[in-house]
Amino acid sequence: MAHARLTLTAAIAASLALSACASKAPKQLPPDPGAAVSTGSSQGDTSAPAPGSQADFVAQMMGQDTIYFDTDKFNVDGADQAALQAQAAWLQKYPAKRASVEGHADERGTREYNLALGERRANAAKNYLVSLGVDAGRLTTVSYGKERPVALGSDEESWAKNRRAVTITID
Amino acid sequence: MIRPSIAAFALLLGTPLLAQQAPPTLPPSQAAPADEGLSGSVSDESDWQDLGIAIPAFATNADVPTATSAGSTGALGTALAQVITANLRNNGLFKPVGPDSLPRPAFDQIRAPAFETWSGRSAEMLVQGFVRPGDGDQLLVGCYLYDVALKQQLASAAWQVAPGDWRRAAHKCSDMVYARLSGESPFFDSRIAYIAETGPKDRRMKRLAIMDSDGANHRYLTTGQTIALTPRYSPDYKSILYLSYFNGQPRIYIYDLERNSQRLLLQSQNPLFAPRWSPDGKWVLYSMAIAGNTDIYKMPASGGAAVRLTDTPGIDIGGSFSPDGSRIVFESDRSGSQQIYVMNADGSAQKRISFIGGRAATPEWSPRGDQIAFTHITGNFRIGVMDPAGQGMRYLTDSWQDEAPTWAPNGRIIQFFRTARGSGKASLWQVDLTGRNERRLVTPVDGSDPAWGPLRP
Repeated sequence: MAHARLTLTAAIAASLALSACASKAPKQLPPDPGAAVSTGSSQGDTSAPAPGSQADFVAQMMGQDTIYFDTDKFNVDGADQAALQAQAAWLQKYPAKRASVEGHADERGTREYNLALGERRANAAKNYLVSLGVDAGRLTTVSYGKERPVALGSDEESWAKNRRAVTITID
Repeated sequence: MIRPSIAAFALLLGTPLLAQQAPPTLPPSQAAPADEGLSGSVSDESDWQDLGIAIPAFATNADVPTATSAGSTGALGTALAQVITANLRNNGLFKPVGPDSLPRPAFDQIRAPAFETWSGRSAEMLVQGFVRPGDGDQLLVGCYLYDVALKQQLASAAWQVAPGDWRRAAHKCSDMVYARLSGESPFFDSRIAYIAETGPKDRRMKRLAIMDSDGANHRYLTTGQTIALTPRYSPDYKSILYLSYFNGQPRIYIYDLERNSQRLLLQSQNPLFAPRWSPDGKWVLYSMAIAGNTDIYKMPASGGAAVRLTDTPGIDIGGSFSPDGSRIVFESDRSGSQQIYVMNADGSAQKRISFIGGRAATPEWSPRGDQIAFTHITGNFRIGVMDPAGQGMRYLTDSWQDEAPTWAPNGRIIQFFRTARGSGKASLWQVDLTGRNERRLVTPVDGSDPAWGPLRP
């Protein structure tokens, strides 16, 4: 073993970082998704929102822009149906508006599975909206898994609030 | 861009090891040398009869300046021994004593140790070495392992390293000692990719980052403007496969570490998850959700047409190849909840292997092929292992939320991330296959989604 002779050229980018953490900004990064990550629904404006705007949608829905799911489930129950009917009615009133349905999971699932689970939930909400007559072409889905909780506790109450699908209309 | 190289020489000066092929038995270590204080939590040290190893500062023929971050050859000699000492600590086998509490041997003692000095200090093993200038600005580092009682050299090697790679010489020396004394394969000279986390729980900033196996040479690769998740080092360490959001859609990117640039491997109208390399680096596994149904696909890493490997209703995600590339372990909830399945690399012969209560997720095939590590969920998340037939399942950790195991290159240690209840703060931890030796790998900020790369060539 002591006679092994090997020569190697290792590609060691980190060798640049002689002086501890030389953080180098990479050249191309995807742009910030920014407002697409709006999981909150408070627009906090005192004046009446413009009809047909996302602010108007949030005001009109009074919480029904979000539907909630049981642990590991993605079925649309009675309360969800009422909320989605309200959403569909608004969307049909403003037929030029498009919307994104964001699916989320609580922190008590593994990261990748939760991404897929959030997608499943967003898709369930979308399908129900389509069944109510909303053109599927107006709706997109996105999942954030457990990456964007609204309730920050580690308890049943918080987890229930985080297992959700939020409809966000696109201004 | 510097292209550093490491040249390893057989030490012509060293006595080749002929006898003593079997690792020495571990004698009880009474009067163990004073410990310098553990940096991690060793859950059950008392059961172990650790082998006392003295690791004095490496000697040098002349204290001259170097181009390293450690300073002169003299300072570098101390730093090398410190890195080796930290490596050998906390793995349940050794009780290393480092250079800070030991006399420094002279250059001419490296190949002729003063054994009486070391036996007087109750050292059972002795690691000595030297560092001196090599070709150009390179450094020559020699490493010797001696059995103090037998007064015999067990192993030796030397490496010529670029200044920026001086720690690699310490890792190579640690690997030589570890492999010779434990009979296991080496693993210290390896790197880890992970996600560095900062910010509030509802808006965590997640950046791709890399570091050596001991946390040194840490570097951020992305700015955190977009969420980065689930990185995997390519088998040749030239690139990192990972997931990143683009305009709200998760896509698969490859970060090229030689060019410091990233390229989009795959985008789709449908969300993409869980990218993974094949062991030869020629294929990429990923999952894609179509209308709420997630399946596993395989595509050439160079781009090209994908093949769908699963087609059952439900979420099939998180594949990991067997070391020979012939099979894939993955998770699926087709039976109602997450469980572990194995299939051939072409998607045939899909078979469930975990039949346990709760949910079983994030399977990772050991680089030795003999075990599969996974996350077991019964409320709490624990790291477990089982064999590829689903037998012999046992837990390695017991905490509120331990997730996403990744294997050390030798298949003896598992790294994972631990999330704190409430704050959601995540940190990187390691545990050995006995489950007895657990320690935190300290990172500059919080860390998750670790991915351990292979042994560096």
